[in-house]
Amino acid sequence: MQIFQYILLIFLVVCAIAVSFSKRLLNSILIFMSYSLIMSIIWILLESPDLAITEAAVGAGVTSVLFFATLKKIHAMREEDEEKDE
Amino acid sequence: MSRLIPEEEYGKKPAGAFRQWMSGIRDPYLGNVEVKARAGQDENEELLKEHQEEVVSVIRKVHDVANNSQYILFRKFYKAAALICCLTLTVMLLVTVAYLPPVGSADNPAHNEVAAKYIEDGLQDTGAVNIVTGMILDYRAFDTFGESNVLFIATCTVLILMRNDKKKGKGSAEEEEHRDSFYEPKADKILQTAALILVPFIILFGIYVILNGHLSPGGGFSGGAIIGAGLILYLNAFGFEKTERFFTAKTYKWVSFSALSFYCIAKSYSFYTGAHHLESGIPLGTAGNILSSGLILPLNICVGLVVACTMYAFFALFRKGGF
Repeated sequence: MQIFQYILLIFLVVCAIAVSFSKRLLNSILIFMSYSLIMSIIWILLESPDLAITEAAVGAGVTSVLFFATLKKIHAMREEDEEKDE
Repeated sequence: MSRLIPEEEYGKKPAGAFRQWMSGIRDPYLGNVEVKARAGQDENEELLKEHQEEVVSVIRKVHDVANNSQYILFRKFYKAAALICCLTLTVMLLVTVAYLPPVGSADNPAHNEVAAKYIEDGLQDTGAVNIVTGMILDYRAFDTFGESNVLFIATCTVLILMRNDKKKGKGSAEEEEHRDSFYEPKADKILQTAALILVPFIILFGIYVILNGHLSPGGGFSGGAIIGAGLILYLNAFGFEKTERFFTAKTYKWVSFSALSFYCIAKSYSFYTGAHHLESGIPLGTAGNILSSGLILPLNICVGLVVACTMYAFFALFRKGGF
């Protein structure tokens, strides 16, 4: 179990660095979502399941959806533009 | 002997790139991050140029240092005042830090009898099996009241920023929504089927987490966030027509208002009595039952309602500018 925790923590650090270095904003948000998911597993391992529920619902769910809505508003999603061009 | 490499060649190496980035010569993200200018904005280049010239001329008039010597004085005063403010703040903070107790010392103020009392007497005092809920909704209920109000204020702020009051014509809420979701698949079968199966379970789980806040992990905030996420999923799958049958701005107003005012009536006495407890007169009941531990269950429901409404309102305001 200890090794599993270390792996999760390494993933956490990798995700945190990758969010800021990813050049596509959509990828950044997806990595941020996985960061929240890993964090919620770590909360369970730290024996605070209530925080895990909140982290999964708010961090991975609502915040990311709000980020997606914002990306649409500022026209930063490439897929939409490509469809327009075709 | 080391030799001098020309700047361009040096910039290709990682160390050189890092130094150039530090000194501001080049921005690695410039032109690489995919934020595109809004279409149709650069059509009127002449208008844009005119506007820029206007801005420049205004700046030139306002900052006319040569003809207005008081500006020079003001700028000097501005710099000196900024320096003094920063230094005062730094010194104040450093002095405060010097008075902090050492980290990890056994007789720090944090290591007092309060934590032990909460753990030992929590069950008798609050009747909540889940000590965390007993703490945040009974002992420290006024803290949670402040948090609920913060959520309400956050919604108000988003409302001020994103509200779209136009009923018809260009830029109205309907047109904005149409433009926003024009390139999305409408009535997507996969999403709708998945939502149809998942949403009832998500909302049921949220209600379970709220109602069992004093017995099992969770509580108002977690359950409310789950319900809010379920509502957002439902909205994405079925659109605004379906959700507006049961959730409009009026619903939001009344649910938030009644939940917050009930919480206020139930717990705001703490602001006058401090942390002292007032007997509510409600029997605590048998620990472990759903109907037990006095006011915690209704307060949990209040917090859950506020959080769920806030989550949904945020998303609706982002998408449409109203709900």
